[in-house]
Amino acid sequence: MTTTVIKGAKILGGEPADILIRDGVVAEIGRGLAGDTEIDARGLIALPGLVDLHTHLREPGREDAETVETGTRAAALGGYTAVHAMANTDPVADTAGVVEQVWRLGQEAGHCDVRPVGAVTVGLQGERLAELGAMADSAARVRVFSDDGKCVSDAVLMRRALEYVKAFDGVVAQHAQEPRLTSGAQMNEGAVSGRLGLTGWPAVAEEAIIARDCLLAAHVGSRLHVCHLSTAGSVEIVRWAKSKGWNVTAEVTPHHLLLTDDLVEDSPVGSYNPIYKVNPPLRTRADVEALREALADGTIDCVATDHAPHPVEDKETEWAAAAMGMIGLETALSVVQEAMVETGLLDWAGVAERMSAAPARIGRLEGHGQPIEVGAPANITLYDAAVRAEVDPAGYASRSRNTPYEGRTLPGRVVATFLRGRPTVLDGKLA
Amino acid sequence: MKRHLISAADLSRDDALLILDTADELAKISERSIKKLPTLRGRTVVNLFFEDSTRTRISFEAAAKRLSADVINFSAKGSSVSKGESLKDTALTLEAMGADAVVIRHGASGAPHRLAGWVRGSVVNAGDGTHEHPTQALLDAFTMRRRLGPLDGRKVTIVGDVLHSRVARSNVLLLNTLGAEVTLVAPPTLLPVTVDSWPCEVSYDLDSVLPKSDVVMMLRVQRERMNAAFFPTEREYSRRYGLDRDRVAKMHDEAIVMHPGPMNRGMEIAAEVADSPRSTIVEQVANGVTTRMAVLYLLLGGADLGGEIQ
Repeated sequence: MTTTVIKGAKILGGEPADILIRDGVVAEIGRGLAGDTEIDARGLIALPGLVDLHTHLREPGREDAETVETGTRAAALGGYTAVHAMANTDPVADTAGVVEQVWRLGQEAGHCDVRPVGAVTVGLQGERLAELGAMADSAARVRVFSDDGKCVSDAVLMRRALEYVKAFDGVVAQHAQEPRLTSGAQMNEGAVSGRLGLTGWPAVAEEAIIARDCLLAAHVGSRLHVCHLSTAGSVEIVRWAKSKGWNVTAEVTPHHLLLTDDLVEDSPVGSYNPIYKVNPPLRTRADVEALREALADGTIDCVATDHAPHPVEDKETEWAAAAMGMIGLETALSVVQEAMVETGLLDWAGVAERMSAAPARIGRLEGHGQPIEVGAPANITLYDAAVRAEVDPAGYASRSRNTPYEGRTLPGRVVATFLRGRPTVLDGKLA
Repeated sequence: MKRHLISAADLSRDDALLILDTADELAKISERSIKKLPTLRGRTVVNLFFEDSTRTRISFEAAAKRLSADVINFSAKGSSVSKGESLKDTALTLEAMGADAVVIRHGASGAPHRLAGWVRGSVVNAGDGTHEHPTQALLDAFTMRRRLGPLDGRKVTIVGDVLHSRVARSNVLLLNTLGAEVTLVAPPTLLPVTVDSWPCEVSYDLDSVLPKSDVVMMLRVQRERMNAAFFPTEREYSRRYGLDRDRVAKMHDEAIVMHPGPMNRGMEIAAEVADSPRSTIVEQVANGVTTRMAVLYLLLGGADLGGEIQ
């Protein structure tokens, strides 16, 4: 059996060590180890393979924007060894058949593990429950259920979903957006939206749903996960729910940790550029600060990309006509480095917890998110935190180019990714 | 001046005064029997209208023609746009035709900003969604100045659906630049929640503001607002925020009443107020042409106007 040794990597930013991989498992950690293949990782940080709870792979249905193949390439290049593929495809991933198709496409692509998310309601229509049990029992073994893109706004339906998934240790990941308060909403409701004459997406539309759902989850004793939390008020509500001991988890996207709504008014790419149009919308500096603090103190459990590819023609339009979303898999770790590590809010162990261990735990994803230690599956990301480079999406593996960071200088570079010992990325390129 | 006129915020005080002074000069031409100047001969102005707005389009068309520009009217209805052509493709088409200026009216806030990124010519915003309508603000300022003299320290009250009004946004910015003191009056539902960050005062009580106002500008209440719980009924709106004869009696003698049109007579403004000597509503229409001439002239011409008028 061949062995691989990663030489001189700083595990979680610690002292340099060699990591010997045999049969896809970490076999030994120490100094002066030898293997059939040697990877020079001197100066690089070794992290457990990243896990994304929130990825839009767009297949089936919008293969012009992304496919499982291209999206998982992007994931591997971003240091991910597993992604959760959101359910808002066409057809919607609301049956065992669709989730098994996505799961199988992921297996065939082989760049990272693909765990499909199942829709909560049939066709994301918010009217009746999809066959959650069938998806849970399928080969895809779905544990995360979400109507992401739409909110399960009906309180009774949300209650039932939360209760029902207890039978198979599932979790409902809510896209918290009160629909009536956000009818026609275009951007964060605040000073900028008022000046720009764009219909506001008020923070209360997110916070009201989160508060309701926390209370529902407590009432029925189930697990709630809050998708892409974006406001300071949401942080306060989740903090309060956690203080009660309720089983509530939350994620934040990299872009909500870095970007603010004033970019809609004034940015290097002009005013009203829909590259900044995303749902939930970019918020204010005060929200960004609260989100960073909450991610640091654990109120927010994890970073999830909400990687949302869109073709050029869906963004090269007037603001109101443009699609909502940003790609993020290939920049997530760099953004987290800038927003959280370089600000002193998280160390690399913290990054590993928030970008690997916690999302794997919330998704009940076995074999991922484990510490780099003897006996663990060799899901490892090697990262060079010392470099800085200008973001150029031309070279991205994603089929779409809708990154808000183009032209911005970001720190860090994923050098290599190992999925159960097999390199998916080497020297920053697909292996 | 900047190359485009997209927001009233694009104008410095000097820019705004230059436009108003130029409009004053051009107004003299409108009083002549031959109203045409050769200034923009050979230049092409495209009126790109994605929303029906006959009065604004005609105003720009008259302005461009009086400056001898070639005018192309491009209306979205019945054109390639209604067949799904994107704004970008429309822009590239106009670019290929060599438009020197594009006057755009669009239902989406920010559409002129996007257009400006795709064409080389000057972009003039003729109203974008619920964002801005800077030439309306200029013609309003021009009208106020003609009636009242310099605007420094003048008290302007803007009444109505500020939340959805591009006229209000542009007027607040421009009037602030010109030194006037603006007060917005509306039910709280029709004000942006962050209106306190705007350079103006806010009141919910029209009666208390009227006695000290030099200008009262009434905004049109859109039909679609009337059924969306912004206010209980048309009659209640009219009672609390409509400008009727009794309210006008509280205004001082020189104060004027404005409305950008089209009006809902009997709703936000009583017919006898709209037709009273205080009303500048018809003047605003006439002043629209001269003000827009000044804008096109300064964006495209730049030659010394003095010689041409003599």
